[in-house]
Amino acid sequence: MGSYALRRLIGVVPTLLVIITVAFFMIRVAPGGPFDIERTLPPEIEANIKAAYDLDKPLVVQYIKYLGGVLTGDFGPSYKYKDFTVAELIGAGFPVSLKLGASAMLIALVLGVTLGTVAALRQNSALDYAVMTVAMTGIALPNFVIAPLLALVFGIYLSLLPVAGWSDGGMADMVLPVTAMALPYIAYIARLTRGSMIEVLRSNFIRTARAKGLPEHRVVTKHALRAALLPVVSFLGPATAGIITGSVVIEQIFQVPGIGRYFVQGALNRDYTLVMGVVIFYATLIMVLNLVVDLLYAVLDPRVRYK
Amino acid sequence: MSDVLLDVADLKVHFPIPTGGLIGGRTRWLKAVDGVSFSVKRGETLGIVGESGCGKSTLGRAILRLIAPSAGRVLWLGQDLSGLSQEEMRRHRREMQIIFQDPLASLDPRMTVGDIIAEPLTALEPDLPKAEIKERVRSMMSKVGLLPEMINRYPHEFSGGQYQRIGVARAMIVRPALIVCDEPVSALDVSIQAQIVNLLMDLQAEFGLTLLFISHDLSVVRHISHRILVLYLGRVMELADRDSLYREARHPYTRALISAVPVPDPLIERSKRIEFLSGDLPSPIDPPSGCVFRTRCPHANDLCAAKVPDLEPVGTDHQVACHRWREIG
Repeated sequence: MGSYALRRLIGVVPTLLVIITVAFFMIRVAPGGPFDIERTLPPEIEANIKAAYDLDKPLVVQYIKYLGGVLTGDFGPSYKYKDFTVAELIGAGFPVSLKLGASAMLIALVLGVTLGTVAALRQNSALDYAVMTVAMTGIALPNFVIAPLLALVFGIYLSLLPVAGWSDGGMADMVLPVTAMALPYIAYIARLTRGSMIEVLRSNFIRTARAKGLPEHRVVTKHALRAALLPVVSFLGPATAGIITGSVVIEQIFQVPGIGRYFVQGALNRDYTLVMGVVIFYATLIMVLNLVVDLLYAVLDPRVRYK
Repeated sequence: MSDVLLDVADLKVHFPIPTGGLIGGRTRWLKAVDGVSFSVKRGETLGIVGESGCGKSTLGRAILRLIAPSAGRVLWLGQDLSGLSQEEMRRHRREMQIIFQDPLASLDPRMTVGDIIAEPLTALEPDLPKAEIKERVRSMMSKVGLLPEMINRYPHEFSGGQYQRIGVARAMIVRPALIVCDEPVSALDVSIQAQIVNLLMDLQAEFGLTLLFISHDLSVVRHISHRILVLYLGRVMELADRDSLYREARHPYTRALISAVPVPDPLIERSKRIEFLSGDLPSPIDPPSGCVFRTRCPHANDLCAAKVPDLEPVGTDHQVACHRWREIG
């Protein structure tokens, strides 16, 4: 399995190269540039700035220079947040985004699996229907609808939590964004767990576990849940990607200073290096997490062997 | 009789079949097992035979309460098990185990064979030290013909016959008095069937095991059983010791079953008369009135449609449920 992981990690490199190339040229295609402002600058000053950032050179030269920088770990300076490098901005934003994303993921997993299991054990009961109805609603509502609604109800009507902002990054600041991010995933994971749990509970080895004389809770936790979690584990890969892209919207709505907000601002400002940096960072993150999920899968199911 | 281990009295398992509209639909009942009575002595093997869908497996599982019986009693050494809660019943699982028909699907694919075999011990005797459990697993593995070195392998790494050996070891590890064998060899190759059946017989001889051997294969049942119970549509047709059943079956259904068993001698096989049964097994949802077998019985008359035949003795340790067994001869 170690050599498998290594080969997968090496496989990340060409994928990244493709992503970098496509992203680099795509953002240049977008009209406008980082230093376009409403009042046109004198031509000499504009030329000076462009020369300072190599923007006067042919695109291919810029691309090669950029690649060379990335190879040495240099993602360049931000065009808009002057005096900051892209690496510094990502370093500042990532802990915040990680805190949000990881909390949302953890809550989605724990609540989703619990609700799904309970619904499966009480299949076709009122409780089951209630959980599944709420889950369906959670999946159907996009987070850019849920987020303002949450802010409206808990921030304005009830005045329980801040509407937006990140004063100290404490619990009060986190509740609403994390809830908005986690809700669809709680719903999705609950449905996944319920479905596979119902199927697993009918399988023969569960009957064997009961015949062995195991108490019911151990039949569920030790035999059924482990098997029923497999689809949930494979969902974790896409779910992480979804949480990351979702956080872009959520961070914007709740004014959270995470990477997502830099990403949106960077794209609007044509802050080429910042956008590129975030793209590379997230692409690597998603690929590595997908690898982790695949390895986790093998741990849960001994029949899966990676060679 | 003090050596009666298991006494089943008028056991019924009826499954509700919802019919009709969304609400208020009339519930019909599928009578999988309908009033079965028998008793098993310590150390004996009772074979239970019948066609697919006759309720054999349901009967076996209902005895172990893996399916809740609808009515009737199951007496274990004189103690009624039917009123016990799931938790109280769990303690009795030390004494009664089951081997399932589909050996691979019955094993949790995510556990090592050692853990699978050890689990009944850890569940039912949680105080046993780990080393002792491992020792017992190893010795049980070699007893059932598995190499103890395979203890850390996963089920899918084994072969067909070995799956069932794992199943046998798992059932035997708590040293039960009774094992319900629910078609344990039906999914196996003929050559492997013999190995498993012989293994069960060896274990029986060594540990004084009592077996309920459920099968549709009369040759296998004849080989392993002391007594045989013939089931049809959830009811007992005939119950007899092996030799008198195969020599002088009284019930028309038993006769038809036995006549259909191939004989490994072409001369006899060609000359023998097979009593074909016409038609299919009727639905257990609406079983025929009176004798359930009458729709396929060549000897049926009005009485058979009117009255359910009782199980009546026809000899020592031989009972039959047929109105006309005397006339048929």
